[in-house]
Amino acid sequence: MNWSSTSATDRLSHAGFLTTRGTALLLKGARVIDPAQGLDKVIDLFIEKGKITHIGKLVQADLPKHKVINLRGKIIAPGFFDMHVHLREPGREDKETIWTGTSAAAAGGFTAIACMPNTDPPLDNSGVIKWVIEQAEGGPVAVHPVGAITRGREGKRLTDIGDMVQEAGVRMFSDDGSPVGTAEVMRHALEYCKINDLVLSTHSEDLSLAGKGVMREGEFSTKLGLPGWPSLAESVMVARDILLAEFTGGRLHVGHISSAESIDLVRWAKARGVNVTCEATPHHMALTDEACTSFDGNYKMNPPLGTPEDRDAVLLGLKDGTIDVIATDHAPHTIEESQVEFSLVPNGVIGLETALGVVAKELGAKKFLDWTDVVQKMAIAPREIMRLPAVAIAEGSEAELTIIDPEAIWKVDPERFLTKGRNTPFGGWELPAKSLGVINKGWLVLAPDARMLIS
Amino acid sequence: MALQSKHLLGLEGVSREDITSILDAGLSFKEILNRPIPKVPTLRHVTVVNAFFENSTRTRISFELAEKRLSADVVNFSGSSSSVSKGETLIDTIRNLEAMKIDIVVMRHPLPGAPQLLARYCDSKVVNAGDGAHEHPTQALLDMMTLREVRGEFDGLRVTLVGDISHSRVAISNIYGLQTMGAKVAVCGPPTLIPRHLERLGVTVYTDLDEAIRNSDVLNVLRIQMERQDQGLFPSIREYHALYGINRERLNSAGASKDLVIMHPGPINRGVELDADIADGPQSVILQQVTNGVAVRMAVLFLLAGGNNELE
Repeated sequence: MNWSSTSATDRLSHAGFLTTRGTALLLKGARVIDPAQGLDKVIDLFIEKGKITHIGKLVQADLPKHKVINLRGKIIAPGFFDMHVHLREPGREDKETIWTGTSAAAAGGFTAIACMPNTDPPLDNSGVIKWVIEQAEGGPVAVHPVGAITRGREGKRLTDIGDMVQEAGVRMFSDDGSPVGTAEVMRHALEYCKINDLVLSTHSEDLSLAGKGVMREGEFSTKLGLPGWPSLAESVMVARDILLAEFTGGRLHVGHISSAESIDLVRWAKARGVNVTCEATPHHMALTDEACTSFDGNYKMNPPLGTPEDRDAVLLGLKDGTIDVIATDHAPHTIEESQVEFSLVPNGVIGLETALGVVAKELGAKKFLDWTDVVQKMAIAPREIMRLPAVAIAEGSEAELTIIDPEAIWKVDPERFLTKGRNTPFGGWELPAKSLGVINKGWLVLAPDARMLIS
Repeated sequence: MALQSKHLLGLEGVSREDITSILDAGLSFKEILNRPIPKVPTLRHVTVVNAFFENSTRTRISFELAEKRLSADVVNFSGSSSSVSKGETLIDTIRNLEAMKIDIVVMRHPLPGAPQLLARYCDSKVVNAGDGAHEHPTQALLDMMTLREVRGEFDGLRVTLVGDISHSRVAISNIYGLQTMGAKVAVCGPPTLIPRHLERLGVTVYTDLDEAIRNSDVLNVLRIQMERQDQGLFPSIREYHALYGINRERLNSAGASKDLVIMHPGPINRGVELDADIADGPQSVILQQVTNGVAVRMAVLFLLAGGNNELE
């Protein structure tokens, strides 16, 4: 069925973005940050046929015919990578499609995303995964599907992991949305994934402890009479998986970590030398469970928003390196699904187009992270964890870049999002930074208000 | 003497003045209920829909009587929350009723926050008749009206809610309302049925019933749902009765005050949380609560509708 007659770039163009392919570009005067090579200086980049051909103080007259983008005061970084996105296609194209989701990713400053396998049918075999990759081909955003750990995400039998690696290049596996319920299956998955040095991303939730919980169990769930989801539901599983990872030597990546004690467990495991990494979402660094007092479904997610102590633990975990990655857990839903009783609202919020701004507000403005740290956690670390080639800002490299305005104050208007989802907790927020555009696979995607930077 | 708030969604944040207005009006309406013709024309211009998405014979009848005593036009609607799965949302359902020109929706719903959802998306005035484990404000108001009748003052009055606090909208509304009026609220029950961090609401938590009895002027005994046993929240009805059941012998051995007031929101599980000797004894105000329920609901509807007409 043809749910969206336009491609990702058509959708971006309709929204006022400049989308052009194959144009030679001189990016002038930006602060270029690449933590992988210790680069952080104001320098010009020249891009031709999708490659960085010259770096330095460049003189226009010496270069082939090109367009100039004046980026004084702006930041250029290796393309941002969101390793936790729900694209919903195949199966729930009313919520999001690969094209709408990747257009939102480009608008938010991401050049690559990993999409989770909880689609219908699930991404549990190489055939459907190759189909997803094909849909995204030709667009400005690379899509790396995450393969399911178990068939049908049922937590029972392992998928054909090796086939998905060989035939479709899958680099990470997860049953996200559901935990791998039994320790034995998780043990075997961790052991089996050692074949290709693959990583397992976990949705840490003990279903018996989470029960019917729809928000964090605590003072506010009591006041609201909403069934509570205790932080224990997460930390018990994190502890289990850490012990399994240590025992097997497999590689564990804890998805959307949200509670203080889970973060302590990861800190402890890293000190012991366990192969464990983890990620946190912008909403868990910006919001707490008190937000649910409005009964607004835009604050409903899994794991649920934590206490102020949990939020502080996320911020400190990012600062001290316990939390390696910032990922959005972008989870679009329809308007109809959101305008119902809180208990019936599906879990999850969108995040691709607000992540950069929320991170700048919660981490930058409060001095938890500087821009180099942000680039490390949003561009470098995700690729390292998935064992994908690093994006280098060097002469001869493919140009895969994110352009950031670190001083753009803007107000979040969900009606202007490129994602189909409107389920954001950040509507109306004023954010202190934004993506101006991305360069990837020969494409230049430039935000409407950045077009004037071209001369 | 209209209320400060447009709706009655809960007692959280409702002012002492509003609660006092409701209780005062409740007393006036109770006097009307005792007349030979217990009916006034006050709300004859008002249409009320009782939208009950969960079974509740008592609360629905109490509201319906209150509405009829005020001469309002009354429509009863029973739905199940599963109508959502048939494709019609709660908002659609109520907007359809609103299109037929109604003024007030009295809603019982199994899911917390459903009245807040209505208040956000619909134009009618909303009275929460119980939303899941969240609030049941008119129950707490009738409890307070009864307490004021038997004890006069709230200041310093020690009220203990006994039983399943975790799943109780009656408990939450009583905690908010009583605290606003100056009472000291405690809870008592097995730790598995008391929410963590309840102390943060300014509530004393007892797990020993004898200690709770000794430190209380009022026990409001909550109904224990049998399904909690299946969920593993207490071992058996037998053990619950042994630890938390209230009877004459228990009150005597614990050293209860002679004036101890016994309340229960009904329906009682006789022989489980409350034995007949107490439920039907002189300390019990349980039937007085039921009578006051009609009066206090009349007061709420009257005040929400504007409260400008004479009571006569």
